[in-house]
Amino acid sequence: MESSLVLRVVGKLLIPFILLFALYVQFHGDFGPGGGFQAGTIFAAGIVFYALIFGLDKTRQVVPDRLVETMLAAGVLLYAGVGVAGLLLGGNFLDYFVLDQDPIHGQHRGIFWVEAGVAITVCGVMLKIFYMFASRGQSEGNEE
Amino acid sequence: MACSVWVLARTPNLFAVVVLSGIYSFLMATVLVALDAVDVAMTEAAVGAGVSTVLLLGALHLCKSEEAKPAHRPWLPLLLSVATAAVLIYGALGLPDFADPNAPIHQHVVPRYLQNEIDVPNVVTAVLASFRSYDTLGETTVVFTAGAGIIALLRRRKHPKSEGSSDGK
Repeated sequence: MESSLVLRVVGKLLIPFILLFALYVQFHGDFGPGGGFQAGTIFAAGIVFYALIFGLDKTRQVVPDRLVETMLAAGVLLYAGVGVAGLLLGGNFLDYFVLDQDPIHGQHRGIFWVEAGVAITVCGVMLKIFYMFASRGQSEGNEE
Repeated sequence: MACSVWVLARTPNLFAVVVLSGIYSFLMATVLVALDAVDVAMTEAAVGAGVSTVLLLGALHLCKSEEAKPAHRPWLPLLLSVATAAVLIYGALGLPDFADPNAPIHQHVVPRYLQNEIDVPNVVTAVLASFRSYDTLGETTVVFTAGAGIIALLRRRKHPKSEGSSDGK
């Protein structure tokens, strides 16, 4: 797979745009279709595409296992942290109105961080599952 | 779609099954676009057709790519699924018409969602992340739990023979 020139060139051309599109979906989720789940999956799909073309080891250098595992938990913690922040600022759990002077702006801020948490967790989980399956196949192949 | 499902059920080659289910997901995504559920369609296209196809191919790499011969006749599962489908279709007949503005679901909390008091143009995002953020927190936790479960199931310890309980991290 790694020797295919067409795949490598097309991948190099496309992957930045896939990642950029994921970020667009993430940050434009307030205005158009999209949001954390979609952005996380598209981002993970971009990296999986990279792994398919350039091999798992190179991908592990770019996105190391430790980072992926941290992303797994960090997203949920970020989400819950937004809730706790609302609690500390005098509102209910996950109450966004108190996050800023202007309640509407507070809502936007809350949604932004919550979506970021969702995207981080989803992306981390997708990548982790992919790594798990792919590396299992690899080590099996080496042993036998 | 019906065509791809038919071939899906008939073909013994698992590689073809994976590719066909990817095609099915894409068709499903177009159906969802036609139903004006662009957010769901996006998720379906990315998860169903993209990532899960890759994951299934990865799983396929680990096992044989031909379907094993069934040990016994699948009459009981067939009966069960046909019965479930019949119940579901019977239930669907009782639903209000598609896009009926007087349907109960459009009367309860939806008008308040659509007032858009938090000024987010995409109502789906507003409902998902603000009005129903408890649910979404739960969903995120489910996704996290899935990832943690996969890690617990599939992680290879670096030295399987030394110290069975330590995780080799």
